[in-house]
Amino acid sequence: MKVAVQVTCINDAMFPDTGKAVFTLLRRLGVQADFPAAQTCCAQPMVNTGYLDEAVPVVRNFVDAFAGYDAIVTPSGSCAGSVRHQHSIVARRSGDDRLAAAVAETSPKVYELTEFLVDVLGVTDVGAYFPHRVTYHPTCHSLRMLGVGDRPLRLLREVRGLDLVELPAADECCGFGGTFAVKNAETSTAMGADKARHVLDTGAEVLVAGDNSCLLHIGGLLSRQRTGVRVMHLAEVLAGTEEA
Amino acid sequence: MSATFVGMPAFPAAAREALSDTQLRRNLAHATGTIRAKRAAVVGEVDEWEELRMAGAAIKDNTLRHLDEHLLRLEKSLTDRGATVHWARDAAEACEIVASIAKQHAVDEVVKVKSMATQEIGLNEALATQGITAWETDLAELIVQLGDDLPSHILVPAIHRNRAEIREIFRDKMAAAGRPAPDDLSDRPAELAGAARLHLREKFLRARMAVSGANFAVAETGTLVVVESEGNGRMCLTLPEVLVSVVGIEKIVPTWSDLDVFLQLLPRSSTGERMNPYTSTWSGATEGQEAHVVLLDNGRTRALADEVGRQALRCIRCSACLNVCPVYERTGGHAYGSVYPGPIGAILNPLLRGTGVDDQVDSLPYASSLCGACFEACPVRIDIPEVLVHLRSKVVDAHRSAPKAEAVAMKSASWVLADSKRLGLAERGMGLAGRLLGRFGRKVMPGGRRALGRLPWPGSLWSNARDVPAPPAESFRAWWRREGRR
Repeated sequence: MKVAVQVTCINDAMFPDTGKAVFTLLRRLGVQADFPAAQTCCAQPMVNTGYLDEAVPVVRNFVDAFAGYDAIVTPSGSCAGSVRHQHSIVARRSGDDRLAAAVAETSPKVYELTEFLVDVLGVTDVGAYFPHRVTYHPTCHSLRMLGVGDRPLRLLREVRGLDLVELPAADECCGFGGTFAVKNAETSTAMGADKARHVLDTGAEVLVAGDNSCLLHIGGLLSRQRTGVRVMHLAEVLAGTEEA
Repeated sequence: MSATFVGMPAFPAAAREALSDTQLRRNLAHATGTIRAKRAAVVGEVDEWEELRMAGAAIKDNTLRHLDEHLLRLEKSLTDRGATVHWARDAAEACEIVASIAKQHAVDEVVKVKSMATQEIGLNEALATQGITAWETDLAELIVQLGDDLPSHILVPAIHRNRAEIREIFRDKMAAAGRPAPDDLSDRPAELAGAARLHLREKFLRARMAVSGANFAVAETGTLVVVESEGNGRMCLTLPEVLVSVVGIEKIVPTWSDLDVFLQLLPRSSTGERMNPYTSTWSGATEGQEAHVVLLDNGRTRALADEVGRQALRCIRCSACLNVCPVYERTGGHAYGSVYPGPIGAILNPLLRGTGVDDQVDSLPYASSLCGACFEACPVRIDIPEVLVHLRSKVVDAHRSAPKAEAVAMKSASWVLADSKRLGLAERGMGLAGRLLGRFGRKVMPGGRRALGRLPWPGSLWSNARDVPAPPAESFRAWWRREGRR
């Protein structure tokens, strides 16, 4: 099976450690994955803000970059959701039949990281070690757009040393929402403040999620409030071992 | 009693004000939290809930596909059973029809059954200009009307008020509108309801004309259906000599067996009850009463013409989407500037009124984080996030001739993101800038990463409330290349 990793633009530019963690993890599980260097972004920022014309060249780049792979793994529920549900809309808008066909070929091969681990590789114990008290935020697009269900929790429960505590109102949006966070900055902050309060209520040292964009928002609030709680991408937790 | 939504600011500005209202925030969090839990419990009892949702969506879609035929059938059934059918293209026509019926009967007051359609067209205000007073008889509508306030929720229009506030409104305002509130009125719910009951009884017995909407209109039999909890609706529907019902053309269902599906979906989704206390049905005119039905378009055919947006016409006004929406829960309904607030309002208003003509309406598709909770709760499976994104693209397209800063930014982002070499260069620039800025930002975030200081506009929209980690010195792709992985 030829596997590629879509590192995602935000991970590439802001959170390279998440990309590195995905490769560490996959290698440990015996998967040799590629990073197709032609990749950039899934086009979600444009699509969700309403700029469909601007999304067309980005989607075209996506399908070109990932052509020929059997599976495309991404450490982002949001980007996986965007590829699966929005690329066809963008392709239709472009009027380019070849692009539409390429999208139909590529989109079903995109897996959010936990889907790939649990459904394709069939593992929940990835041999990880992370001796901390952790709470998990199921990001909206993982939860509702993809329906990853309890896959992330099943993976976390197998991590040695990890004390998993339940997050109150876990399925409520943190208020990030892409450009929503700047177009409706106050509302976004009010939602994030409530999320941060719930995180504090758990007494966890670390908040874990499968989307760095949501964590950028919640983590930014937790840091500004000097709570001492850090945020981490799920891939980085799963990549950790006793040696490293 | 003339509050209207006219002149409301765009959503972000209206929301800002609502967010600072602590009383409102508490009232909303309490009310939506309670109703969310109730809904979840009764929906959880139904094993075939998902099948019911699919059936509801399918019936509505099929009906909308042949809406013209069903409407003509409804008109014939109604006329055959003695009702008079009127067609109204817009709000002004509909209000004029109702006013002229009132004048024919020389009435200067009407009692009203809670109805979204009549609020949408501003009927009470239009009647007032013609010297006709419209009395709302639903408890929450009464609270809003007496308080010279605006509704903020589809099902619970006074959700933003708590019982202490309601007591004050009743004591201050009831006397001017009819029977006054008792002097010793407390804020116990039973006493408040009792005061409203006595106040309203007087109006029911006096009124010669009533105005209602309809939750459903059954084409095959010409039957209108009103679903309610308080019994005030049945009083209005049965006591007066003249009954006028304003019905949106999307309210139609072809047969009684179709109705069955919706009578299961609606109460559980809206009030969190297995069945609502009162369901009134009437076919045409009943003996001793003159019945009129005003079939209202007011933008519905515009919405129908929108391939993606037309699914919003499935809406049965249950308000489940409002109660689960994290944006609504914090901003309340007034911020949406319409009688249709929340997620459904964010799509329905632009669909009914059109995009690109009004800044307030154009702000609504952006009043969502696209979290998807509304789609999950919707009993007729309206994919609200999908329609929101679609409407955002219509807003953007409507303004393409005069591009904003945002459009320029999106165009440049698109140019950078269409080619990995350009992105690689941009990331190197970010890395350098980050190292420079990181020196000024002395704060270290939990986990050890350095934070940037507060950013200039538009970055300030982000950094005013949140710390921003400094960009890494090396992007992932630069690391990959340096490691010589491939």
